[in-house]
Amino acid sequence: MVPISAYLIVAVVLFGIGTMGVLISRNIIVLFMCVELMLNAANLALIAFSRSLNIMDGHAFVFLVLTVAAAEAAVGLAMVITIYNNRESINIDRFNILKW
Amino acid sequence: MSDYLILIPLFPLIGFLLNGLLIGRLSRPVVSTIACASVFASFVTALLSFIELTNMPASARLIEQTLFAWIPVGELNIEFGLLVDPLSAIMILVVTGVGFLIHVYSTGYMSHDKGFGRYFAYLNLFTFSMLTLVLADNFLLMFVGWEGVGLCSYLLIGFWFERKSATDAGKKAFIVNRIGDFGFLIGMFIIFWQVQSLDFAEVMARAPHAFIAGGTLVTTACLLLFVGATGKSAQIPLFVWLPDAMEGPTPVSALIHAATMVTAGVYMIARTSTLFMMAPDALMVIAIIGAATAFFAATIGLAQNDIKRVLAYSTVSQLGYMFLACGVAAFSAGVFHLMTHAFFKALLFLGSGSVIHAMSDEQDMTKMGGLKKYLPITYWTFLLATLAISGIPFFSGFFSKDEILWKSYSSLYGHPIFWVIGVVTAGMTAFYMFRLVYMTFHGKERMDDKTRKKIHESPRSMTVPLMILAVLSVVGGYVGMPHIFGVTNYFEEWLSPVLAGHEPPTHALASTSGGGAGTEMLLMALSVLLVLIAIYTARLFYNKKPELATALRGKLTGVHKTLQNKYYIDEIYTAVVVHPLIIVSIGLWKVVDVIFIDGFINTLALLYDGISQLFRHAQTGRVRSYVTVFVIGVVGILGWLVMR
Amino acid sequence: MTLDMFIFVFSAIVAVFGATMMISQRNPVAAVLYLIVSLVAQAVLYVQLGSVFMGAVLIIVYAGAILVLFVFVIMMLNLRGKEDLGDNSPPISRATKYIISMLMVAEFVFIVHGSVFSGPGGGMLEAETVAGFGSVEGIAKLLFTRYLYPFELTSILLLSAVVGAVVMAKRREIHEQSDSGSVSIDNDSNEGVK
Repeated sequence: MVPISAYLIVAVVLFGIGTMGVLISRNIIVLFMCVELMLNAANLALIAFSRSLNIMDGHAFVFLVLTVAAAEAAVGLAMVITIYNNRESINIDRFNILKW
Repeated sequence: MSDYLILIPLFPLIGFLLNGLLIGRLSRPVVSTIACASVFASFVTALLSFIELTNMPASARLIEQTLFAWIPVGELNIEFGLLVDPLSAIMILVVTGVGFLIHVYSTGYMSHDKGFGRYFAYLNLFTFSMLTLVLADNFLLMFVGWEGVGLCSYLLIGFWFERKSATDAGKKAFIVNRIGDFGFLIGMFIIFWQVQSLDFAEVMARAPHAFIAGGTLVTTACLLLFVGATGKSAQIPLFVWLPDAMEGPTPVSALIHAATMVTAGVYMIARTSTLFMMAPDALMVIAIIGAATAFFAATIGLAQNDIKRVLAYSTVSQLGYMFLACGVAAFSAGVFHLMTHAFFKALLFLGSGSVIHAMSDEQDMTKMGGLKKYLPITYWTFLLATLAISGIPFFSGFFSKDEILWKSYSSLYGHPIFWVIGVVTAGMTAFYMFRLVYMTFHGKERMDDKTRKKIHESPRSMTVPLMILAVLSVVGGYVGMPHIFGVTNYFEEWLSPVLAGHEPPTHALASTSGGGAGTEMLLMALSVLLVLIAIYTARLFYNKKPELATALRGKLTGVHKTLQNKYYIDEIYTAVVVHPLIIVSIGLWKVVDVIFIDGFINTLALLYDGISQLFRHAQTGRVRSYVTVFVIGVVGILGWLVMR
Repeated sequence: MTLDMFIFVFSAIVAVFGATMMISQRNPVAAVLYLIVSLVAQAVLYVQLGSVFMGAVLIIVYAGAILVLFVFVIMMLNLRGKEDLGDNSPPISRATKYIISMLMVAEFVFIVHGSVFSGPGGGMLEAETVAGFGSVEGIAKLLFTRYLYPFELTSILLLSAVVGAVVMAKRREIHEQSDSGSVSIDNDSNEGVK
């Protein structure tokens, strides 16, 4: 059998890659995908815990996270479109008028 | 059947709303009809309630109407309740009756004024407030009326607001009154603190248990209430506003500053007489202040040349009499004098208004004289009022003033000194009143030709109220004739249910404190004699041999100047109170406010501004830098978890 | 190495590989495809953990709907991976970012390692699962009993997301109305999630 920690470590690594992507990516769409990846890493951990504790509540959380991810993608992409129409760019660093 | 009480103040309120909201849209006859009719309706209603009272048994004369619970908060439960008992019945009759006559008079007096509608709106509002004051069945509602009349007084004194002196006088009246109101409020708080109620009936019923008779608390409360009364009723030290209040239209002076509003203090003390009876020290203070005010105001009145100012000081002096009466626990005598004074002083003011009207707004008596033949009705009515105020036997003022003098001598709380001051004041009153009459109506005509040509007797609307008031001034005193004439003192009997137990019985006291009917007769004769001498002197000085007066003035230059300048009271107040206040205020403004408070705040603001300038560059607007910081935070927290 | 272990190791490697490739792509379409690879591998892990239904949902909703939405947007904006993304950040800044994310992973691993093995069963999964574990019926029961209110709240969340997306992408000239059209497609995909 595979120990639960193995799944958790996979989840953690995926989460770390997602974080790194958010930090270094300048492309706003890739940045969004990284956020999705982080959410999925969390989902994997939830499923693993659910299996380990032998209760199904984790599945319900995964379900809710999926919903949030879908909503976030919809709104986020709508924002990307709006910003792109204004700035003709998908560089996240150019969306910086909201400063000092 | 007591539901109609609300109508008494309601009619003037309606009149005020109509005239006030439709200012400038109603023609003058309509305005005056509304104003007079509303007060007259109120008078009729008041008369109805009076008749209902008389039909009740003497001990149960009370009509109450509670409209609604006004402020029900915890223990404080104040109702909007009206109350008519023998005391307030007299007050509402005086207020609405004299008020109605003055309204009618005003239609003639103000007929050429451009603020006609505004004037009558204010006048109705005043009547409403005054009726609220006297009908209130608790302290707080009374205070509402109290403030209301203060406001109307301010508005009407400053009625001709184009004149700076008028607006200044209005402000002075208002501010001085506020000082008094402050005392009234604190007194009210003390009463509520001790008695847990502000309802008159409850306070009077519970006061003997809540307070120790003669104790500090009740004395303090009474003195504070009296401070309120000194403000409203122009007693030392707060009387300075009343003479200045003569800047207002003359009917206003008659209504507010002679007949009704200024007597509110007397009414209040009579209303709360139970409390005052528990505080003999407070009573003594009241008596002393009353006597002193009566005396000083009368001396000032001796040397004034402005016809209205003489009357104003006379009012202050007569109010002093009323407080003297209250101070010797002769509340009914005080209220009696209040009523007769309302008649003859209103008449005097209205008469002087008639004179001023005829003289093209001239108020200086040195420029009058010989007006008798031009203004016969005014003259005769004025003369009757003068006789009344001077205390000539069988005029109304005689009975009420003599009652006060006798009580101040015979009462348990009285003292012969009070009587002496009172009699001397009575003599001076007669002197300055006849001086006024002689200077105005007799002797050489000192006005210029232009004015002389325009002199005319006032219209009917002004003379009829004069005549009615003259009748009242003559006969008004017969309701309260002293016992020694072998008749019942109806007035005292009428008031006895309200003030019973407070009034030391006259006869008993007359015998105990060393006097009897004989003493009373003797004292009365003495005062009448003094008054007659004063009148004769006035006649000598100002009619027969004016050079005597000039000579006397020459000898007593210092005294005369002091009197003419009203003992420099205004100057003293300015120097002692107003200037220090201004200096302190400027100090507070320039030093405390500008340097300390503003300085502190501004320094703090500058500090934050600098810090913000430094840190705002952390806000780069770049999402990734924010996320980086965020992740650093996560790493930190996780690191702490690992290290733990 | 058992078959079980082999499947796990293989899927894990593919998932991490896909994720790594995703973040290193310049072309967004390629990034999306690598993300799908990673997601499929994750779905295999789900199934291995007994969550058959959630594994299926992951592929259908994520790979099938959400990432298709990404592709739509990429195509609509006509991105080819040649857009000007500005200068690179300074090396120190990049190094910092790498280091802190790796540090975070290391800390997580440490914590997981330290806590899970001291847990019940020594961190090993039980061979037996409760009846119906990961089945549609089991999830449905949970969602309509204990998690009814959160579940209903997600519908409000989705509704507001739909409205928000439409409002934000609208207010444009006529030629951009297709934007809101694409947004409405993503709403449909949300319905699918539900």
